[in-house]
Formats: sequence, C-alpha cells, structure tokens
Amino acid sequence: MHFGIQNIIFIVVLIAAFALFGRSFSKIWRNIKLGKDKNRSDRKSERWALMTRVAFGQSKMVKRRAVAGFFHVVIYAGFLLINIEVAEILIDGIFGTHRIFAEPLGGLYDVAINFFEILAVLVIIACLVFLYRRNVSVVPRFKDLTGWAKKDGNNILIIELVLMTALLLLGAVEANLPDAKAGPWLISGMLAPMFSGFSVESLHTMERIFWWAHIVGILAFLNYLPYSKHFHIILAFPNVWYSKLEPKGQFTNMESVKKEVELMMDPNADPFAAPPEGTEVATPERFGAKDVMDLNWVQLMNSYACTECGRCTDSCPANQTGKKLSPRKIMMDTRDRLEEVGKNIDANKGEFKEDGKTLIDDFITREELWACTTCNACTEACPVNIDPLSIIMDMRRYLVMEESAANQALNGMMSNIENNGAPWAYPAADRGNWINEA
Amino acid sequence: MAELMASGAKPDVLFWVGCAGSFDDRAKKITKAFVKILNKAGVNFAVLGAEESCTGDPAKRAGNEFLFMMQAMANIQVLDAYEVTQIVTTCPHCFNTLANEYPELGGKYKVMHHTTFINNLLKDGKISISGGPYKGKRITYHDPCYLGRANGIYEAPRELIQKLDAELVEMRRCKSNGLCCGAGGAQMFKEPEPGKKDINVERTEEAIETKPDVIAAGCPFCNTMMTDGVKNSEREGSLPVLDLAELIAEAQDL
Repeated sequence: MHFGIQNIIFIVVLIAAFALFGRSFSKIWRNIKLGKDKNRSDRKSERWALMTRVAFGQSKMVKRRAVAGFFHVVIYAGFLLINIEVAEILIDGIFGTHRIFAEPLGGLYDVAINFFEILAVLVIIACLVFLYRRNVSVVPRFKDLTGWAKKDGNNILIIELVLMTALLLLGAVEANLPDAKAGPWLISGMLAPMFSGFSVESLHTMERIFWWAHIVGILAFLNYLPYSKHFHIILAFPNVWYSKLEPKGQFTNMESVKKEVELMMDPNADPFAAPPEGTEVATPERFGAKDVMDLNWVQLMNSYACTECGRCTDSCPANQTGKKLSPRKIMMDTRDRLEEVGKNIDANKGEFKEDGKTLIDDFITREELWACTTCNACTEACPVNIDPLSIIMDMRRYLVMEESAANQALNGMMSNIENNGAPWAYPAADRGNWINEA
Repeated sequence: MAELMASGAKPDVLFWVGCAGSFDDRAKKITKAFVKILNKAGVNFAVLGAEESCTGDPAKRAGNEFLFMMQAMANIQVLDAYEVTQIVTTCPHCFNTLANEYPELGGKYKVMHHTTFINNLLKDGKISISGGPYKGKRITYHDPCYLGRANGIYEAPRELIQKLDAELVEMRRCKSNGLCCGAGGAQMFKEPEPGKKDINVERTEEAIETKPDVIAAGCPFCNTMMTDGVKNSEREGSLPVLDLAELIAEAQDL
C-alpha cells in the first residue's frame, strides 16, 4: 500500500482527535487549577517511588481484592502493551505502510503479536467478568451506582470489548490474505476459517474495515475519557505522585488560624494596631470549604482521578452501618460540582457567575459530613491514594468556624474544652484525682 | 511535675494521661495499670496533673481549628516550660496529635504510645512476664484507627499479646483493614447519625466471631465502645474488654 487519500483522511482524523482531546484536557486542567494552592512537591524521590509502586505497580489494586485486582491488572497490562501495536498502526496510517515493524523485527514480530493476541483474549475475558460483576451478580459496592455512573462503567467495558475484537478479527482476515506481511498468529489464526470463503478483494476491504474500526475506536475512546470515570488511566499517576506522605493521622494545621491564635496569645501584640501604611488589606480567606473553589487543587484532581470503584465506601464504617456518608459520593459530588462551575465559567466568558449553589447542601449534606469517624479506612482502601477525608474535614471546618453549625452535643464538648480543658465537664483541678484513688 | 521541678529533679519521661485516663472511671483503671508497670520497671516519670489539658484532638476533628490551636499552643508552653523531651501516653488520639500535629507548632517531643513503651521495657529487661492468667487464652486485638492506619503501629500491641503466651486470634478486618470502633472524629461526644446499626455493635460482633476469651484494646475510647458493644450481646459479663496495659499488669500480678 502507498500513500493515498486514506492516509490524508487518517492524518486529518488523527489531528482532529488529538486537538479535541487537548481541548477537553485543558478544560479539566483549568478546573483543577480553580482550587487553592497546595505544595506537594517535597520529598520527590519518595513520590517517584510511591508512584512506581502504587500507580504503575498497582500495589493497592491487588490488595485484599483478588478477583477484581487480578482482572484489573490484566486489562491494565493489555492497555500498556497492546498500545505498542498502536504505535505501529499510527505509523502505518500516516505513511501508508503496512505492518512496518514486521520486516525489521522478523521472528520477534510474530512473538510480540502472539503475545498481544493472548493478552487481547485475557482482556476480553476480564471485560466479560467485570460486566458480569456490574450487571448480573452486582457486587455490593456497585449497587448504589445508577444513571450515568452505571452506564459509563458499562460503556468502557463494551468499548474495550469492541476494540479487542477488531484487533483479533483484523489478524483473522490477514491470515487469509496471500500477500500477508506476517502471521498467521496464535488466536487470530484460529479465527481465520471464519473468513476463508471470501475473495481476496473483499478480504482486503474487510482488513481495512477492521483496521479503521480499531484505530478510530481508540481515538474515539481517547475523547470519551474526559467525560468518563475512565480518565483515571491518566490522572492515577499524578494523583499518586501528589498524594499525602505524612502519617494518615496527621491533619493539616491551618496557617491562617495559627496566625490568629499566635497573635491572640502574644502579650506584646497590639490588638488595635493598624496595618502598616501602604499594605493592602486582603479580604480574609474563608475558613474551611463551602464550595469547590475553597478546596485545594490536589483535592480537585482527586475528584477527576476517581474511577468510582467504591472500595472506599465499601470499607467506610459509617456507610457499612447504614449511614448516609459515602466517600465515593463525596468525590463524585465534588467532581460534578466542579464540572458545573467549569461550564458556568465557559458560559460567562471566563468569569464564574454566582449560581446560588454550593458543594455543601446542594451536593453534600451535613448529615453525611457528620457521620465520618475520620478512621482513614477510605484513604487506605483507595488504589490511587484519593483523600476523601480531607474534603470532609475542610467542610466540617467551614460548618464549625464559619457557620457555628456544630450540633448541640459537639458544641457542649467544645465549650467544655474551652472552659475546663477536657471534653467532659470535669474541673481541671480533678485531673490528678486518680492518683489517690488506689 | 511541678513538685519534681521545684525540687530540682527532672523525669526521664512524661506520662500524658489524657482526658479519658484522668476522668473516665473505666479509663482510670488503664491509667493505674500503666502506672503500676512504670513503677515496677523503675521508670523515672511524672504527670502534669492539673496542668495537663486536652490536646485539642476532638475539637480539631470536629472542625474547630481555633480551639485546637489554642489548646495546642497552651500545652506546648507548659511542656516546654518543664523541658519535656519524651512523652508516653495510653491514648492513641493524644499520641497522634502530640506526635504529628504539634511539631509544626513548635512542640517537638519524642512521643510514644504505651504499647510501644511497654514493649521496649520488656526488650530492655526492665520487666518480664512468665505464665500468668492469660496463658493459652484466646485474645483478639482491636486496632485503634489512630494507632494503626493513622500511624502504622500494628505490631507492638500484638507482640505484647504474644508475650502473654496467649493465643492471638485476628478478626476478619484487622490491621490496615481494621474496622473503626465508631468513636473517632469526635463521634465519641455525639449521637451517631441515623443508620441501621451502631458501628461499635458491628465491630463487637466481629470480635465475638473469633470466639475470644478477652477483647484487647489499646485506646480508652475503643475500650468504651467495645465494652458497650459487649453489653449489647449475650456475652455480657463473660467477655472482658481490657487494655494491653491491664493485661500486662495482671499477668505480672501487679
């Protein structure tokens, strides 16, 4: 085959697909950057090691969930390795070559394609298992997925099935071609008799159909990603890299509050002091998070990296005992609100126009937030180190410090701490009483 | 502490008793058991008594960063005034706050949970255990979230159970997968949100599935929650919930 109209069409499709993807990607990136600053670029070598282990090595994926873990690794390996073949498809498509790696690689090429075909079969099996788990047996953590979330999960698996099938049928057709560059290969060779009755001409046409189906399918899938939970295949890596390295129990100390309290406790501070001349008086920052813009960019990236697997919710003590809290819902709500804010900005020429809605109340209810025990089961369970707990905490901070909206029992606990230094109403003077109560 | 300083002496370690350990009748027993161990081992320790104040953990977890900061800064002033360098505490919440959240505010101390501390005493030969009433007994251990997942301490408490010659039986969800008792994040001080079950009941049922003779805990709040959970079951009266300090103190007949 030589360079012709097909290749021109291919190049146009390719450029359009990448341009479209770039546009969606930059929108998501813009949305993530709506969050507050957060420095997570320290301890770089640890971060690279963590990303290698957790994201690249899928270490948390296989932990305690043997079936899901195993089949996910299969699909992941299929995605990484079969994409090597996509490189060849791209080159062939652009330059009008056909299986350009076949000749230079010789026997090795057949080994590679055989391996890819076995992987493709495994991916097909994995997709079928996952479709079964989502729709027939319905694993508990998928039970409360409805609407788009449920459809999205199935779409992804079906697209993958179609792509893998096209790949295998392509090989099967080629196995019947007298002028085949390489092959026949292991799996597609077995499928070859399906096409044995066709003329060479129609085989060539079919070869083209499956070739185009495969690559256009991949490009379409690429552009489906930004609208899907499947975006995790990209964001999982930075998400792990920028995840929290401190002990899980260490919550952030709020710098703004620290300053206030330091000033309060400083006997030399002048409470009536005017700011020095010429300094601008900044609007005080809101304490905690009321809406997505009050969260930091890592938390917002978390929401796009979430693939809604539900391991967090499945391990959440509140959720598992019937409370409304679901860490997965916290992440999905955060992303839904962020998307809404993004669309608002797009519609209003780059400026966010007040829409009377907030993440709290309109998406996440107070009841959900107060049900959290801060036990870190969700952050431990997440295969890509998403931190729903930090969002819950920031929203509690908003409720307590901006709205004074803690319930009566908690207010009682807090006033006890203020008055007598203990969460219960015992006088501080009695702290040592146990010493004499032998 | 004040008395010691006044006499010009300085303790090696400060025992941070915590609010539960100071005021809660059940937790006071844990405090006393731990003090017996410290005395037996001849540890030169002190307590702050009336000068100790809440670390601010429940306020912080409830969202009140102001109150947490005020508590933290006041506590750091007291600790620094007494030149404290080493702290041991029987409460994982105090432990987590002191060890992880105080350093940024200027309070840098070597902080240990008592299960680690007792382990060290055993390793250094300061105390020893032989036989004892728990020999051969089935003991299941509940991981406190703020010791386990929050700080990665899973082994120190388990080593103590093994030192008792007891049979350590693990629950379905244990170590990093452990289920919370339901008290963390200031839940201890409020009623749970509506649901189909209380978390402590769920967790206690899981503990009972292991057919234990004793449920061991390493946190005064977990202890309360599990004790309440046992009260909810048919095992009330026959299934004690004990802190590791109590187990060790009893094994030594202290």
